[in-house]
Amino acid sequence: MNWVTKTFTSSIGQKFIMAITGLFLISFLLVHCFLNALIFFNDGGKIFDKGAEFMATNPIIRVVEIVLFAGLLLHIIRAYLLMNKNNKSRPVKYAVQNGKANSKWYSRSMGLLGTLLLMFLIVHLKHFWVVSRFTDEISSGKETLFNEMKEVFENPMVIVVYTLAMFSLAYHLMHGFQSAFQTLGFNHKKYTPLIKSLGLMFSIIIPLIFALMPLAMHFNFIK
Amino acid sequence: MSKLDAKIPEGQLETKWTKYKSSVPLVNPSNKRNLEIVIVGSGLAGASAAAALAELGYKVKVFCFQDSPRRAHSIAAQGGINAAKNYQNDGDSIYRLFYDTIKGGDYRAREGNVHRLSEVSGNIIDQCVAQGVPFAREYGGLLSNRSFGGTQVQRTFYAAGQTGQQLLLGAYSALERQIGMGAVEMFNRHEMLEVVMIDGKARGIIARDLITGKLERHFGHAVLLCTGGYGNVFYLSTNAMGSNATAVWKAHKQGAFFGNPCFTQIHPTCIPVSGDHQSKLTLMSESLRNDGRIWVPKKKDETRKAVDIPEEERDYYLERRYPAFGNLVPRDVASRAAKERCDAGHGVGTSRMAVYLDFTFNMDRYGKIEATKKGIHNADAATIRALGKDVITEKYGNLFDMYKQITGEDPYQMPMRIYPAVHYTMGGLWVDYNLMTTIPGLYALGEANFSDHGANRLGASALMQGLADGYFVIPYTIGSYLSKEISVKSIPTSHEAFVAAENKVQNDIDKFFNIKGTKSVDHFHKRLGKIMWEKCGMARNEKGLKEAIEEIRALRAEFWKDLRVTGEANEFNPELEKAGRVADFLELGELMCKDALNRNESCGGHFREEYQTEEGEANRDDDNFAFVAAWEYKGDNNFEMHKEELKYENIKIAQRSYK
Amino acid sequence: MSGNMNLTLKVWRQKNSNAKGELVDFKVNDISPDMSFLEMFDVLNERLVSENTDPIAFDHDCREGICGMCSMFIDGRPHGPKDGITTCQLHMRSFKDGDTITVEPWRAQAFPVIKDLVVDRTAFDRIIAAGGYISVNTGNAQDANCLPISKDNADESFAAAACIGCGACVATCKNASAMLFVSAKVSQLALLPQGEPEKQSRVLNMVAQMDAEGFGSCTNTGACEAECPKGISLSNIARMNREYLGAQFCSEK
Repeated sequence: MNWVTKTFTSSIGQKFIMAITGLFLISFLLVHCFLNALIFFNDGGKIFDKGAEFMATNPIIRVVEIVLFAGLLLHIIRAYLLMNKNNKSRPVKYAVQNGKANSKWYSRSMGLLGTLLLMFLIVHLKHFWVVSRFTDEISSGKETLFNEMKEVFENPMVIVVYTLAMFSLAYHLMHGFQSAFQTLGFNHKKYTPLIKSLGLMFSIIIPLIFALMPLAMHFNFIK
Repeated sequence: MSKLDAKIPEGQLETKWTKYKSSVPLVNPSNKRNLEIVIVGSGLAGASAAAALAELGYKVKVFCFQDSPRRAHSIAAQGGINAAKNYQNDGDSIYRLFYDTIKGGDYRAREGNVHRLSEVSGNIIDQCVAQGVPFAREYGGLLSNRSFGGTQVQRTFYAAGQTGQQLLLGAYSALERQIGMGAVEMFNRHEMLEVVMIDGKARGIIARDLITGKLERHFGHAVLLCTGGYGNVFYLSTNAMGSNATAVWKAHKQGAFFGNPCFTQIHPTCIPVSGDHQSKLTLMSESLRNDGRIWVPKKKDETRKAVDIPEEERDYYLERRYPAFGNLVPRDVASRAAKERCDAGHGVGTSRMAVYLDFTFNMDRYGKIEATKKGIHNADAATIRALGKDVITEKYGNLFDMYKQITGEDPYQMPMRIYPAVHYTMGGLWVDYNLMTTIPGLYALGEANFSDHGANRLGASALMQGLADGYFVIPYTIGSYLSKEISVKSIPTSHEAFVAAENKVQNDIDKFFNIKGTKSVDHFHKRLGKIMWEKCGMARNEKGLKEAIEEIRALRAEFWKDLRVTGEANEFNPELEKAGRVADFLELGELMCKDALNRNESCGGHFREEYQTEEGEANRDDDNFAFVAAWEYKGDNNFEMHKEELKYENIKIAQRSYK
Repeated sequence: MSGNMNLTLKVWRQKNSNAKGELVDFKVNDISPDMSFLEMFDVLNERLVSENTDPIAFDHDCREGICGMCSMFIDGRPHGPKDGITTCQLHMRSFKDGDTITVEPWRAQAFPVIKDLVVDRTAFDRIIAAGGYISVNTGNAQDANCLPISKDNADESFAAAACIGCGACVATCKNASAMLFVSAKVSQLALLPQGEPEKQSRVLNMVAQMDAEGFGSCTNTGACEAECPKGISLSNIARMNREYLGAQFCSEK
């Protein structure tokens, strides 16, 4: 086995992939959140649509998008492989296990939270990404992404799903953000508390902003 | 001429070991590959010997009854390890360590062995540090030392209160390294049940796989017993639950003499027994006596709480009796004094078998110093106490927590209750300078032998001896025997001696199951322990010892009539394991009493009430008892004593005084 | 002396590694709050022997919290409800009269049950044998004070070395991961100059062995640290990750 396969099939190597892709996805969230927050200018989506157009047409972004999908897939596939392996590490389960005595529920439920996010992601991609990339509705100028949002967020069920998904995201991040640093070997008496607070802030603020978007549109705060 | 030849090299004390090392026959590397060594026990002595011998190229097999060699009870040693490094520039030297050890042992140890121990003590520290043992260090990055009982220099190296653990894990990692390289074959959860003798030499063992119950035969050109002490003969002791004498006892019955069996060390500061359910006694480190003052109420059968007893009604009996050493007298002296007070009706606690170890005095002393340091003037009593408490917490926090966990009492608020408990056995298989027993090819190392501590061991010397024997003595001395064995091919275990030994073990096991009595093993063990503690414990007398011998015989007879061992032989069966161990304790206990009865003097841990000075101190008889009592097994619990005279050519024998 | 507590125990019974096991109920009466948890088992076993039944097998040895042999999973937590202690240091005063207590063996693929509450933890030994040492043969060490080591590093190394190898970290981890155990040894040696020469091979070999034994991976839930009777820190795991990734990416082997 050469060193590359050896590294990435080892338990630490696999976690390394989870951490790196996770941090990459966190950086994506930041960009995504920033861009979408342009709707809060409440200008009928003018600035927002410009941003969306840039993202859709810039060749560098298109390349990064491929990398993003690769990272996302890697994160998901690795996660399921790891979950499967970890599950086999304890073939006979405990009759009584008091997890809450020693750890946070969301740190033990990353798989579940991740799965919920994956389900959301499929819906979400269908709502926007498929429309913008694989139909000519937006590129032909027939429709804007902003209007597409308005349309999608009219449905109250969508609002419920999006809001709940953002809770999953918040908890997923609450553990994932600081955990990624730990996995990469970054643990320092001075800086780890900082990372933990930063992570906590990030995992509350970003999902909150995301959740406000459908809510604001649905309740017509943004027109 | 006695049967015993200690084989101590001729010449000056200081050069004996050096000369020996240069002249002992060697085994060349290609021959080492063909020589097999069986090591029983994986504590400090066993693990270090296994690692060192495997490094030399011998084929080694190691056996331990625990699930891993790392569990051996050496791990529980708290205080530290002595070494004559003189890093503190306080006048320490090899000679001083040698002298302190002989004196501490009440002049009942061999000069040659103890001097060798002192000589190699420094190498042990070097070796351990190189292995990655994280000893305590000073801010400058160099090793730290503290002082221990019975010495006037600081020569004890330590790793918090877990020195034994760190040293054992060092030896264990050296052993695991050899296992990983295939030089040592490890047998966990195996118990040795017989020594196999061929043509008068030890040639292997019979061991039981504790998981499957299968008996196995293992050949060795030499067999090393590193199985620790036999303190569990008392049932309650600071030893681990599994610590046992079975290996040494089987060897003894095959012809290995047993040296000074009655020399047991009772440690003065243990948490007292709280009830009949108690299975084990927990030590509170000797270091606590640096800051704790020991006292009992002056009034008999006192019912008030400790805090309500005014100062003038307290009897600080150690400070009263031994003003020069006070609370830091050696272990044997402190233990006897506590027993004397409790027997006189001054004991405290529900059982009345405990004395107070009180930290308030020093807590306040430290508190005042801290207050001064912090510039707090006119601090009130509460502030001083709080500041002092922090100092005590930093020094002994883990011990205080342990005490609270076990007793449910807060030692910061109330004084600790302590009482002496069986801790260590100085006696063991008799060995010569080579650490070989009277059976050729059978060696005993560490606490399992009798050699270096005389009648009383000093604190922090057990770890030193275990590692000295394993790392630095046996690798040399075994050569003098194995160099003559190079032409001996591995004897197949189909040899009739192996078959016979296995059959004997099988019969013994069958015997246990065939009794089909009504009482559990623990039932007999507790009763034996009670007899031993009351009549062969801290104080012994002729009448009691004679009674004890009779009682043990009766108990043994009852054991073989009324024992119940549940389960089967061919499975994991802790009851069967215990039965075998207790059967051996029932025989060893009798020998201990016989030895104690025979030694008509008081020395070190052996205190015969008939032989004491007017002040109640031990009265040694050097004219008649300056010898090692080495007992030979004569079958059917008959023993014959052989004497090895102790010659002191470098030390002047004197009465120990701590007044 | 007997006490006044009456309890119901649900204890895992399993004849041997091949047999199927189950939880069995036992009533224990007159338990003193001063007893240790294991002494309560002694009382129960004594009764089982008197009833001519096989007593419950459990691992234990030093009974003072240092050998690492005792290993009971009590009411869903390794070593029971109190922090920072082993099973042998747990006392009955931590329970109430009338309690029902469930006692199970450590559960992990790498820790097969031998009998009842006894499991096989030799996987830990094999991990140490793979590299948890410094290769220094007896007798060729230099003077102990030749290499000064900063007190902070020595103390941190000691804190990692305090691991007793009980396996509570594996037992409690949702993935049955041995990262805390392995990282404690890697850290202890990585923090000392003596460990430097074998730094890279050590971590690579130990992690490889850990994976081969069938332990799970680390999710950083922190349960191991919370349950460790010796308070071994999660920072050791980070250090091991660092050492491992550094060794894989930077070494020329």
